[in-house]
Amino acid sequence: MSHIVIVGAGECGARAAFALREKGFEGEISLIGAEPHLPYERPPLSKDGLAGAEPPKYVAGPDRYEEARIAVLTSVTVEAIDRRRKAVRLADGRSIDYDRLLLATGARPRPLPDAPENAERVRMLRTHADALGIRSALAPGRKLAIVGGGFVGLELAATARKLGAEVVLIEGLPRVLSRGVPEDIATIVTERHRQEGVEIICGARIAALEADDIGARVHFADGASRLADLIVVGIGAVPNTQLAEAAGILVENGIAVDETLRTSDPDIYAAGDCCSFPLSHYRGRRVRLEAWRNAQDQGTLVAANLMGAAELVASVPWFWSDQYELTLQIAGLADGAATTVRRDLGDGAFILFHLDGEGRLVAASGIGPGNAVARDIRLAEMLIAAGSRPDPTALSSPETKLKKLLAA
Amino acid sequence: MSSNWVEVCAADDIDEEDVIRFDHEGRTFAVYRSPDDEYFATDGLCTHEHIHLADGLVMDDIIECPKHNGRFNYKTGQAKGAPVCVNLKTYPIKVEAGSVFIAIS
Repeated sequence: MSHIVIVGAGECGARAAFALREKGFEGEISLIGAEPHLPYERPPLSKDGLAGAEPPKYVAGPDRYEEARIAVLTSVTVEAIDRRRKAVRLADGRSIDYDRLLLATGARPRPLPDAPENAERVRMLRTHADALGIRSALAPGRKLAIVGGGFVGLELAATARKLGAEVVLIEGLPRVLSRGVPEDIATIVTERHRQEGVEIICGARIAALEADDIGARVHFADGASRLADLIVVGIGAVPNTQLAEAAGILVENGIAVDETLRTSDPDIYAAGDCCSFPLSHYRGRRVRLEAWRNAQDQGTLVAANLMGAAELVASVPWFWSDQYELTLQIAGLADGAATTVRRDLGDGAFILFHLDGEGRLVAASGIGPGNAVARDIRLAEMLIAAGSRPDPTALSSPETKLKKLLAA
Repeated sequence: MSSNWVEVCAADDIDEEDVIRFDHEGRTFAVYRSPDDEYFATDGLCTHEHIHLADGLVMDDIIECPKHNGRFNYKTGQAKGAPVCVNLKTYPIKVEAGSVFIAIS
């Protein structure tokens, strides 16, 4: 094995590159990214990273890539994969041969259909450059309209309020965070935002967005409209599968991989936001996760498999969000749960445990100030991984340590 | 270098395989009791994003940061891989007459 090429220099690609060296890979490693920066952490971009702006929070400094003999190609787009010759063709005409290829191409923001292409006043948030652009438009008294009540939109709303901007958040569904977050928690989040002066409009039907040099406007289907200095659209992400698709690799809501993260081409693997994979703890259900920890975990695991191992994906989905002083953490997948048990932890913090029809713990969702729910969510994640059927009474009483349930 | 022994808490105030936060003169520490009933002390904040480690989970000789799951061996301070790469500082610790003391130099 002489050359492993990684397409996509985000958290996942970078983690895979370092993990290859940590696991003793001696060959060449090339890490190719379209952005001008070394790999950086994306989660801060909607949080403190937006408020602080420059520079991004790098996954590692340049010296560490040098030490690990990882060739990082920045500002380089991969145009095509030639599977027969086992090479990737770059936009600048160069071609790089691979023995094994990792696609860690990530995802891009889902565009609103028919949104005006006015880069100044209608933006999306994914990259450091996006964050800088949004940051420059936010100041005390400036009006920000956010389309989409998911994590990116809500975190951006909290950050924009800290910067003094006036914020209206527009969600098409009856409540915010309807994908994967229980209603009780979404209610707390909504209330917290309203306390801070964020206007949240749910069940909204947007007819059109309009923007010119002077301002932007959101037009609703009922004829009403809102003026803003800036509109940010945060309505989810779509996986970057174009390269794989063009090369004839199987795509199924993301680049389809098996439990070893291998694509339909045995020499090509995919990991992170761009891939869909079977989740062993959920009866092999195929999912695609847009999550920081998943990117890291899969990056580490795929490194071993690129070197010839056959390690299986077995992690439980986990993600978090920070808004004001609140942190929300979720482990597992709650859809399909039959019952929910609540555990109150004090200071307003609580966790909802979601059990399926057979009493098996399938998810836990918590919210509270600071890291109040972190430890119990982590233990819940381990209970989920163990396939455990904890006693609901024990889950609901904070005096019962979850660690004891894990040992049981 | 003279050490300054500071009383942290009663030995029983920390459960086995657990951690507490200890603040002293503007500094913050994490003080651990291992599953085999030994005591250890480290700096209180994760070297990745300055999160209080005492909100994290102790498993055997590992403390895991509550925010991003960075892991350290709390006995040695060694960072156990991404996202943490900088080791934690550790401090001498002793138990005397049922109380825990750490040495802050």
